[in-house]
Amino acid sequence: MQGKYKATFWLSVVLVALLLLVPALGSKYLVDLTTEIMIYALFALSLNVLIGYSGNISFGHAAYFAIGGYACAIFLTTYEWPLIISMPAAIVLAGLAAAFVGYFCIRLTDIYFSMLTLAFGMLVWAVAFKWRGVTGGDDGFVGVAVPEFIGDRYAFFYFTLTVVALSTGLLWLICHSAFGRTLVAVRENRMRASFVGVDTRRLRLTAFVVAGTFAGIAGSLFAMYNRGVYVESAFWTESGQVLIMTLLGGLYSFFGPALGAAVLYTLQVGINQYTEYWPVVLGTILLIIIMFLPNGLVGLAQKISAQFSRRT
Amino acid sequence: MALLEVDNIRTAYGLSKVLFGISLTVEPGEVVALVGRNGVGKTTTMRSIMGLAPPQQGSVRWMDREITRLPVYHVAKLGIGYVPEDRRIFPELTVWENLDIARLPPIGGAKGDGWSEEQVFELFPDLKDIQSRKGGVLSGGQQQMLTIARSLMGNPKLLLLDEPSEGLAPIIVETLRDRIHLLKTGGLSIILAEQNLEFVLYLSDRIHILEKGAIQYTGTPADLRANPDIQSKYLTL
Repeated sequence: MQGKYKATFWLSVVLVALLLLVPALGSKYLVDLTTEIMIYALFALSLNVLIGYSGNISFGHAAYFAIGGYACAIFLTTYEWPLIISMPAAIVLAGLAAAFVGYFCIRLTDIYFSMLTLAFGMLVWAVAFKWRGVTGGDDGFVGVAVPEFIGDRYAFFYFTLTVVALSTGLLWLICHSAFGRTLVAVRENRMRASFVGVDTRRLRLTAFVVAGTFAGIAGSLFAMYNRGVYVESAFWTESGQVLIMTLLGGLYSFFGPALGAAVLYTLQVGINQYTEYWPVVLGTILLIIIMFLPNGLVGLAQKISAQFSRRT
Repeated sequence: MALLEVDNIRTAYGLSKVLFGISLTVEPGEVVALVGRNGVGKTTTMRSIMGLAPPQQGSVRWMDREITRLPVYHVAKLGIGYVPEDRRIFPELTVWENLDIARLPPIGGAKGDGWSEEQVFELFPDLKDIQSRKGGVLSGGQQQMLTIARSLMGNPKLLLLDEPSEGLAPIIVETLRDRIHLLKTGGLSIILAEQNLEFVLYLSDRIHILEKGAIQYTGTPADLRANPDIQSKYLTL
């Protein structure tokens, strides 16, 4: 067990080192793409705390991404707060919103839980859409006052890498703590977990807040990266997209969703250059995952390596 | 004062009534058995005590405190461990992790008091060697041991064991019986629902025979042994 964790640690170090080298390749496009992927990877990882670990499927996860984004943008620009206050405040706000919504949602399970997250998600979208004076409505909140020291493309890349790496590390620790194990127990059998004295509602609420908070981190990065936040970020299709990223990578592995985010986002950007029918491709991908890859790409890799080791 | 007092509970699932006034008590260190054929209300009695199927009437008192309508996790935290019949462990967690998540300090004790993994492994040595294996790959006997071991990690004062011997090979049943006996001599109170009469006669202090949701007979193992009529009336198929 310890050996397995050690391997994960060193692989992560190698990955971060490789990412540090990306700007050296000299492609601005690649730097931008990698920045976007890292943000989406964190977004997908945050959702997986809820889906993979606690077994609660949320259709409204974009709400916390958007709240983090809008809040960070508004604090930085409208209130002219420094980044060191704006970003943490935005993250806390996303977490508080998740606590509020979670308080109601965790009373329900399965599809009812999912539908309520969708309803709250769309409520956040409606507020962003209608509250023109604060959010800019359907014009979006443009011209985010990004601090100068991360104003440059490369500086922002390193900033994102640092924030995402630290957040991922923190998420990893949370998921591999007693809390994470208890979440898995609740996912596998809510009743049985309560027999051993687990307050399953409180635990699911905590998972909801953790997921929302980290989505808020991703959202605030996204707002600064784009120098704007748009109401689409809160729309249910955004929740759907991050759900598909998580599914594509693999629910039952910690890093799966990050891989799913990388693959799906790269495909989306690539395919959008040739055709406007990206949703058709997205639908096909979803179909393939559900029919053939229930455990996503990570599950596929495990299956292949198991086959391989059996043969040799 | 009895540890647990169940007073005239009536429990129904929707419209179908299952328990028609069950009363029983458990003293500290006592093993009380519930026997009877399938569907007489043994499991429902346990579920009512645990809060999974709260009774419509009657009361459950635990250490002189009303627990009739408390949520399940709360009852568990008060020191009642439940090992249900289907003994499903958490298949994706390892044996050690299965134990780890159930850790609760004993009532009135501090963190670190009570059962440790080492002590649990001493009682169930088979589990020690497979502690890093996932629960889902264990045999039925190992899963049963793990479920009981896991309940112990919560330091219960009372253990509800629902048909622990069901579906296990005779040799495993014997091992299990001896382990449960060890727990009994350690002072743990147990309510045991069982169909295996030998198992019950060996372990219990008092036996309640249930039929149609009510207690029809109460006696010691010696009474029951001496009374083949009762045995054939309520227990043989």
